[in-house]
Amino acid sequence: MSAVLQSLVNQPYKHGFVTEIESDIAPKGLNEDIIRLISTKKNEPEWLLSFRLKAYQKWLTMTEPKWQNVHYPKIDFQSISYYSAPKPKQKLASMDEVDPELLRTFEKLGVPMHERAALAGVAVDVIFDSVSVATTYKEKLAEVGIIFCSISEAVQNHPELIQKYLGSVVPVGDNYFAALNSAVFTDGSFCFIPKGVKCPMDLSTYFRINTEGSGQFERTLIIAEEGASVCYLEGCTAPRFDTNQLHAAVVELIALDNADIKYSTVQNWYAGDENGVGGIYNFVTKRGLAKGVNSRISWTQVETGSAITWKYPSCILRGDNSVGEFYSVAVTNNYQQADTGTKMIHLGKNTRSTIVSKGISAGHSNSSYRGLVRITPTAEGARNYSQCDSMLIGDQSGAHTFPYIQVHNNSAIVEHEASTSKIGEDQLFYFSQRGIDAEEAVSMIINGFCKDVFQQLPMEFAVEATKLLSFKLEGSVG
Amino acid sequence: MIDKNSRTILSVQGLHARINGTEILKGIDLTVKSGEIHAIMGLNGSGKSTFAKVLAGHSAYEITGGSVQFEDNNLLELPPEERARAGLFLAFQYPIEIPGVANTQFLRLAYNTVQTKRGKEELDPLEFDDFVREKMKLLEMNPDFLDRSVNEGFSGGEKKRNEILQMALLEPTLSILDETDSGLDIDALKTVANGVNQIANKDNATILVTHYQRLLDYIVPDFVHVMQAGRIVMTGGKELALELETRGYDWVNANKSVTGVIA
Repeated sequence: MSAVLQSLVNQPYKHGFVTEIESDIAPKGLNEDIIRLISTKKNEPEWLLSFRLKAYQKWLTMTEPKWQNVHYPKIDFQSISYYSAPKPKQKLASMDEVDPELLRTFEKLGVPMHERAALAGVAVDVIFDSVSVATTYKEKLAEVGIIFCSISEAVQNHPELIQKYLGSVVPVGDNYFAALNSAVFTDGSFCFIPKGVKCPMDLSTYFRINTEGSGQFERTLIIAEEGASVCYLEGCTAPRFDTNQLHAAVVELIALDNADIKYSTVQNWYAGDENGVGGIYNFVTKRGLAKGVNSRISWTQVETGSAITWKYPSCILRGDNSVGEFYSVAVTNNYQQADTGTKMIHLGKNTRSTIVSKGISAGHSNSSYRGLVRITPTAEGARNYSQCDSMLIGDQSGAHTFPYIQVHNNSAIVEHEASTSKIGEDQLFYFSQRGIDAEEAVSMIINGFCKDVFQQLPMEFAVEATKLLSFKLEGSVG
Repeated sequence: MIDKNSRTILSVQGLHARINGTEILKGIDLTVKSGEIHAIMGLNGSGKSTFAKVLAGHSAYEITGGSVQFEDNNLLELPPEERARAGLFLAFQYPIEIPGVANTQFLRLAYNTVQTKRGKEELDPLEFDDFVREKMKLLEMNPDFLDRSVNEGFSGGEKKRNEILQMALLEPTLSILDETDSGLDIDALKTVANGVNQIANKDNATILVTHYQRLLDYIVPDFVHVMQAGRIVMTGGKELALELETRGYDWVNANKSVTGVIA
């Protein structure tokens, strides 16, 4: 390992500040009373409480998964606070009444909460710890029949939609962390695009964990009716704490006939320090149901944060001719661990899926791609193309690929390509011989490596992701 | 192109270098003046490619003795990117591939970085496009090269042309071509040689590192040096290359001078 290849990691995490705000925090621990407390605080209907309790009972019978290629001390679920909300000064009537401290927090994070200052045409739902604090452009979207609000609000105003779809893609007992989420989820975004409507602007949710010792369990539900389309963005950050925080989210997407949902994430939770102390444990279940014919679900993720990432955004391709896509860049540095990938379940005829996964590991980190492609007997003429590339920076990091391919219909065409490369001395020497310094060289190599994924992101997100990566890996090579 | 008004561009004295504890360069002396073309010949393992990489500043090599003056710079004190910006260029024997990075993007970054360090104007993408297309004509390169990823999927000949294109863009004071002729067919060799000849002028200098005389039919050197076991053991004019070609390297062993130079 040359001196050049040693020095680019460890710029301080710039979102690591804590907002001093008075919060309403539930006592630590998990039991039925806590779940009832959450449900009461959110003024929920009876059916939702029983949904939660059913999930909790299911969770009690389950054990934490052990198959993933990540290692962490046992999580004490009784030491977590399952509800934390900034105390509102009063009931909010408009954005101008949001606590100025919160506005400053999100301004500092670069998330515009004032519509006039918003990113060119992006509507934002802002989640702070357990609750949604503001949603922009709500009225404008309502004009075309789009419902975009926090899930708590949707429970109050559109209970029939929530009751119909919540848990329909990720059942309460789907897996350990999904069951936990179903029992204790506090907020999240809800988005409903009615028949034939193309959402006129990108929708986004910004998640912020603030309170130490609290977990974040958000729930997102997006429904695109026949012929509807939407592009959805998700961003996340958290303060720097020495203790680990748990984030266990569930995202469900439903696309009916000819509908199109594109979901993009830039995940930058606090990753822990250079010695692996602190950071978010990110255990997330994301799944899209391409229910209708010709529907399309597309996941794009740029995963740069979290001490541990456990996440497999998946597509169930039920409609004939439906399409599933997964584009991922996962960057790990220092002692981060990521086990991420996707599942493509082909049920309908002529269903197609594409998987492009790029893993970059620096420092002592470990990154694994885990992906399942299942072609069921009914999926006549199904096709899948998977490409999994790994890049290693330095000689202390690891990259692993675990592809699972199950083909039960012999008309299927399944292709899998994988590669591993290394940013080595010779590559850096080539750049430096052309006058280009190591940092610029690494940024160019990484961006070239991730190009197939970045070009799937909306413009502002792509720019953000490019910056984030350069920042993240600064110092890991040099 | 030897000129009595020429100035010294490179002065190497007693250069020793090793890699992983093995000494490869064992006392090299070489002076290169403006307007000159030098050929360094030798068998595989004689240290000629190492010499090229050491001059360019490859971090795998440890300098154990000697000095290198490059124009006004103590070359050995500069990191590789500073050497490049000061006007030293190495055409690689094995140019690296950079997937996903468009050639034009890479070329423009290199060009603008070097231009800025020399206090000159950067070119925006459109200006650069015109500029690079002009240079590509020199090497009979298809403009498609600009949009392809750097060296990815290029044939051996295409990679070498791309190296010479970079040399044409960066206008170095000293160009070192490391086995640029290897892997080239005769047509590609002529094109590359033609490019090098057009870039060479009275103000710059070229060092050709090569195994074979063939390249020297097209780029005529002013001096030919023979390297053996990490030293220059014989120096002559262009006819020395022909002599080597007919008599072989064994002949060198019988005739090398104690001082390492015959004249």
